[in-house]
Amino acid sequence: MTNTIESKAHPGRTARTDNWWANPLMVAVGFGVFIAYATFRTFENNYFEVDQYLSPFYSPKLAFDWWHFSPAILILWIPAGFRATCYYYRKAYYRAYFMTPPGCAVMGTSGTGYSGETKFPFILQNMHRYFFYCAALVLLVLWYDAIISFRAPDGRFTVSLLSLFMCLNCYLLSGYTFGCHAWRHLCGGAVSCFSKTEQQKAQFRIWHFVTKLNEHHQGWAWASLFSVGLTDLYIRSVAAKIIPPGVLF
Amino acid sequence: MRKAKLKVYRGTADAGEFKDYEVQVEEGMVVLDAIHAIQAKDSPDLAVRWNCKAAKCGSCSAEVNGMPSLMCKTRMDRFEEGEEIRVAPIKTFPIIKDLVTDVSWNYEVNKKIKGFSPAPDDKEWIIHQEDIDRVQEFRKCIECFLCQNVCHVLRDHDRKDAFMGPRFLVRTAGLEMHPKDTANRMQYLKDEGHIGMCNITKCCTEVCPEDIHITDNAIIPLKERVVDEFYDPLGKVIKKIMGTDKKGW
Amino acid sequence: MATYETHEHDVIVIGAGGAGLRAAIEVSAMGLNVGLICKSLLGKAHTVMAEGGVAAALANVDPQDGWETHFKDTMNGGKLLNNWRMAQLHAQEAPDRVRELERWGAVFDRTKDGRILQRAFGGHKWKRLCHVGDRTGLEMIRTLQDQGVHQGITVYMECTISKLFKDGDKISGAFGYYREDGRYVLFKAKAVVLATGGVGKIYSVTSNSWEYTSDGQGLAYEAGADLIDMEFVQFHPTGMVWPPGVRGILVTEGVRGEGGILRNSKGERFMWKYLPESTKDGFAADEAEAKEWVEAAIAGKRTEARRPPELSTRDNVARAIYIENKEGRGSPHGGVFLDISYQDPERVKKKLPSMYHQFKELADVDITAGPMEVGPTCHYIMGGIRVEADTAATRVPGLFAAGECAGGMHGANRLGGNSLSDLIVFGRRAGAGASDYAKQLGGFPSINEKDIEAAIEELEAPFHREGPNPYDVAKQMNNIMDAHVGIFREAKEMEIGIEKLQELKKDIAKVAVKGDKRFNPGWHLCRDLKNMIVSAEAIARSANSRPESRGAHSRLDFPDTDKGKWATVNTAVSKDGDQMKLEHTPLPAMPEDLKKLFEADKK
Repeated sequence: MTNTIESKAHPGRTARTDNWWANPLMVAVGFGVFIAYATFRTFENNYFEVDQYLSPFYSPKLAFDWWHFSPAILILWIPAGFRATCYYYRKAYYRAYFMTPPGCAVMGTSGTGYSGETKFPFILQNMHRYFFYCAALVLLVLWYDAIISFRAPDGRFTVSLLSLFMCLNCYLLSGYTFGCHAWRHLCGGAVSCFSKTEQQKAQFRIWHFVTKLNEHHQGWAWASLFSVGLTDLYIRSVAAKIIPPGVLF
Repeated sequence: MRKAKLKVYRGTADAGEFKDYEVQVEEGMVVLDAIHAIQAKDSPDLAVRWNCKAAKCGSCSAEVNGMPSLMCKTRMDRFEEGEEIRVAPIKTFPIIKDLVTDVSWNYEVNKKIKGFSPAPDDKEWIIHQEDIDRVQEFRKCIECFLCQNVCHVLRDHDRKDAFMGPRFLVRTAGLEMHPKDTANRMQYLKDEGHIGMCNITKCCTEVCPEDIHITDNAIIPLKERVVDEFYDPLGKVIKKIMGTDKKGW
Repeated sequence: MATYETHEHDVIVIGAGGAGLRAAIEVSAMGLNVGLICKSLLGKAHTVMAEGGVAAALANVDPQDGWETHFKDTMNGGKLLNNWRMAQLHAQEAPDRVRELERWGAVFDRTKDGRILQRAFGGHKWKRLCHVGDRTGLEMIRTLQDQGVHQGITVYMECTISKLFKDGDKISGAFGYYREDGRYVLFKAKAVVLATGGVGKIYSVTSNSWEYTSDGQGLAYEAGADLIDMEFVQFHPTGMVWPPGVRGILVTEGVRGEGGILRNSKGERFMWKYLPESTKDGFAADEAEAKEWVEAAIAGKRTEARRPPELSTRDNVARAIYIENKEGRGSPHGGVFLDISYQDPERVKKKLPSMYHQFKELADVDITAGPMEVGPTCHYIMGGIRVEADTAATRVPGLFAAGECAGGMHGANRLGGNSLSDLIVFGRRAGAGASDYAKQLGGFPSINEKDIEAAIEELEAPFHREGPNPYDVAKQMNNIMDAHVGIFREAKEMEIGIEKLQELKKDIAKVAVKGDKRFNPGWHLCRDLKNMIVSAEAIARSANSRPESRGAHSRLDFPDTDKGKWATVNTAVSKDGDQMKLEHTPLPAMPEDLKKLFEADKK
């Protein structure tokens, strides 16, 4: 079989006439902004806690005597790893940054050097489920943070815009985390029959619910990415006394 | 009645060019109708594959303005008045003539997949609808090979030597998830079909005329099954202790 | 002289739809070497277009069902002109063939208790059609294709057969060309199974694909077999009528099986008017009863209510739509309205997914929100090559036929769902028949070198002459058939039609093409036209010779069904020198025990 890459019927990288580049460009910019901000915040090592509010970038707060850098570094590898190995994000950054391919029927890199996810480092993408386990635990802590933020330092019950925003963030993170492809497999997708035993029937119900979340995994991914960044920005701004937490009562 | 301008690839892989044609546009016309009009009026020897004209057989795959699509489903009213419509053969497979390509490689790949392997029994099969909903989605495939064509592993990197392609991952998923199948195709998927070559960039899903969620419902669940078998030592240990049986029955 | 490649197989099967694949699987399972030849890529044959289901009396939904009832329904649908033995074998064996498909990996829709689900269809007394949404044909062909592939069948794709060879009176092989590059190929074989499908392309409005050019009928006729019942061409009542590009594409009977309602432009549910007296008892008396039936069907419950009138037989519904239009009550584009939009949209999408997409994408109509416009489209030919029921053998030794290209099974009209079951029942029998024949034959019969030369010469000729464009000739044939031998027929029209077809034959002998042999559709059509004209003429002559209306054959000059002679004979045509010989041969006599089934009914 001849290699058809250089054919007269298909000159150039693509014959597409639409704005196929717009999507990867937006993704590249979107991720770029978030990564820059997150990196800055990780190393800033300041303004992450104020009163009862703790930034999701620094939670759970791991303070050890022997650790002299930002505590965020000890925890952020979990959500970062979870997202980096996420099936949706993989698609997005392979397209936007690696150009394999930049768009459908658009040639990015070519030749036979490509090995996909069969070799190091990309073979590590297969560890996605381990990141899921860890991320689920972190998410539990974030829910704890959000709930205790309703208790003012003096012990009184209080509601603030920031607390509500933290809850919204946890909600979006939950939708993202529990719509995970690996979880969808683990909770029931691995089974080939859903109807024989009671356990299978239960698995089917969970799988069915996860599938519904999974159908919009991309939406949950972006929404929760923004919400987690904005929650941190909110807390930073409150801690730096730029804006108030917006106490309602 | 308005006329449409078409540029149709005429020739073989080595010698050929886009030729200009004008076609009268009728209401509801699709690109395949336009090609037929050219055939009947100007060029009886214009080569094109087609059968059903109703998006059920998957024969008339081509690239219309660079997008892989079925010509019978691409309506002429999608294009603006005066817009040039460029029709090329699919890129990934060698051109035989004009819009016809040699897709025989796909049939060779198909032969290598272990077929449906139920355990022998004489009883009537009791299978519930929820057990086969997943499988039925995969069996909607009409083998148009647009997914094979758009897959960059085959298209840009020309790794037909290594990668089985989305179509056959879909077929394998349909076999693996069949409640009565007893074979295990994981070793094959990993070492011969090279599922790891797929970097889930989802172009196969985007071009599928049957709207099969190729990546989310077929490829990723298979990748997770491969992880179960080869990349999840922790899970293996747990399963051994719990004595869980994947196949259910 | 041009070169050709040679292949040798005990049996070759021409056509890789349901019947051809099933035949090839059977030959291979019987330990013989089989070659499967198809005009398209494997898995694209017209079987993929079958939507509604495969009829088999599994009695999963209606436990009253059994092969006897299926047999009776088939015979009644065929106006008792069927070959009784074929109808019997078909009804008896269809359930096993369906279960076999399931064991080979077909995934049918399920009942609540996990069995194969069955739906109602026109002319079937009980819910009998095993289905997969509305893509049953695709499921069947893919299952058979994969089964065949894993059995190691040799497949020749995109290969057209132009000639069958004989050694004395016995079949000895076939000759053809690869569409891809026009290279020639000779198949030496002990037996040939024809499974080439139908003839729809001789009409302009058809649900059939380009492949349906009467190849098997033409090849068998040339080889000396006879074609029976060719006047019975089924016009499916519901094809798309708008936009023009999709005119004729099928709208599955499943829409009506799921409760679709037919109305004319005045909003009248007209089918009640057209129910024949003899079958009226089987249908709902009014809207309320029809509604009760549909609701029970949706809920998966049993009901005493009788079926809606839309589920009358195809010939009857097609005629009704034709008459509604003729009397000025048709839809804007010459059809009527078929409405399923009163049901839950999600259910419609789930049960009729391809129909939903077909209308959404091709016609810009949302069938869950409004009615579809539908009208008759040429769909199927009941007639075809005459075969023996048990072995599918034609009268030419070594030549077998199954599926649509064979005649006899469906009589004067085919019931929906009986085609897919026909394919697998008689596909298997043809494979077995051909294998038995090949085994007892011993060595390969010989092929005359002169015959090969003649076959090549015939194929080459269109390049070396001036003459009409084959597309124009095909168009003329369509026009003649539409105008003179359409849904409604009368002697004076048909006689003109036959005359015109004689003239057209001269053009067909002269058609010319340019270009070379590499994938040249114009050149392919030149040879196809020769097959098409055989069926066109056979249909016209057979129809003209039957002075009555019966099943799908409707005569304006003879509107009644004859109870005398014409109820007891088949029309048969065969080649007699340059002429088409027409005979009327007596129907095979039904044995007493089967006759009793019908008598019991009358009481």
